[in-house]
Amino acid sequence: MLTRLALTTPRLTRGFAAAAATGGVSKFSLPDLSFAPGALEPFISAQIMEIHHAKHHQTYVNNLNIAIEKLEEAVHKKDAAAVLALNSAINFNYGGHVNHTIFWKNLAPQSQGGGDLQKGALQAALTKQFGSLDSFITNFNGQAAAVQGSGWGWLVYNKTTKSLEIATTSNQDPILGHRVPLLGIDVWEHAYYLQYKNVRPDYLKNIWNVVNWKDVSERYLAASQ
Amino acid sequence: MLSKSAQAVKNAAHENSSKMTYTLEALPYAQDALAPHISAETLDFHYGKHHAGYVTRLNSLIASSDLKSLSIEEITAKGPTNVPAGIYNSAAQTYNHTFYWKSLAPAATRQAAPSQKLNDLIVKSFGSFDAFKTKFSDVAAGHFGSGWAWLVQDKSSGLLKIVDTHDAVSVVHDTTVKPILVCDVWEHAYYIDYRNLRPKYIESWWSLVNWQFAESNLI
Repeated sequence: MLTRLALTTPRLTRGFAAAAATGGVSKFSLPDLSFAPGALEPFISAQIMEIHHAKHHQTYVNNLNIAIEKLEEAVHKKDAAAVLALNSAINFNYGGHVNHTIFWKNLAPQSQGGGDLQKGALQAALTKQFGSLDSFITNFNGQAAAVQGSGWGWLVYNKTTKSLEIATTSNQDPILGHRVPLLGIDVWEHAYYLQYKNVRPDYLKNIWNVVNWKDVSERYLAASQ
Repeated sequence: MLSKSAQAVKNAAHENSSKMTYTLEALPYAQDALAPHISAETLDFHYGKHHAGYVTRLNSLIASSDLKSLSIEEITAKGPTNVPAGIYNSAAQTYNHTFYWKSLAPAATRQAAPSQKLNDLIVKSFGSFDAFKTKFSDVAAGHFGSGWAWLVQDKSSGLLKIVDTHDAVSVVHDTTVKPILVCDVWEHAYYIDYRNLRPKYIESWWSLVNWQFAESNLI
């Protein structure tokens, strides 16, 4: 077998299949950006933001809705093999949708507080876990730069250990289970190529200027309650 | 065991027996020769930065490795699970890119269609040339994330088939097949020219396929 075995999670499809059986899966739609596409310049260009949001994210939404429709049909026909065959398409497109939805909220123009981590619970937890914000960023960027191919770098809250962790995922695999995503940084080439070309580390260095720490802090408070 | 084609494509490794370093194999055409289908700017980055970067990284990682007596093909042929990830990724990406450049030829001067022999095999394997083209395009366009779409020949049946591999993974370690052609579907292969429109890039890939190279790879 040449292709990497899908490490996708059948439970994701099982969840959707259960919802499909009761007619409970609604159509997904593209969320609006909460700032103008050019508002993250010079760190992320307007062109990148426009294509990333209106084209890439929209395509995940469209293909997710198509996959869910096929799933509903398969569930209706009680065709288990067809349900299972949709697993990778649902994982990829559902992941693409939720990951980008988090990502847009994780970003903010500097005029709206982007890049500014205020003193508080998250700042204290980051310092405790990683020594300082700078060493957290260095550690995060090292791991995100090393993601082979397409994927994401994450700050997650581990509900089991009750601590912050840096994680990476491949392709559009979502963060699931006992880990709650707080901050996701997209390291697919489409996230930076038009501006940074092959130099992913420069993109990673700059993006911290527009991280919406207020949103990350709210996710941390909600997860650690 | 190395396939015959892997040896024929003894590519970027111009090994120097006293000091083992790997070098970037020259492009088989000028950097602007694939335009307008693939721009000179894309090649400038794809060949000059990405492909070159893999060679540089391999050289830096291999220095302290006992794999340093091996060629790029030999490292790649060990497969993704038998070599440290950084070394495998760099070697396989070097191999895959060299194979990709050879899979393409300038539109104006290339042989525009497969030879009778290759065409017959395509028809025998897929039903028709159009069915082959549709299936290959679908696999390449539908690949989730970064990777490669390959036309390979099954060594036991002699038939052609299409496979896709993720990220750096090559087909060289699969001793049941021989690579015939490859299409790079990492976003860096098409983002400058086509943005998010991977299917448009794949359509252009068809205008550049080097059918003579494909035929030379047949068993």
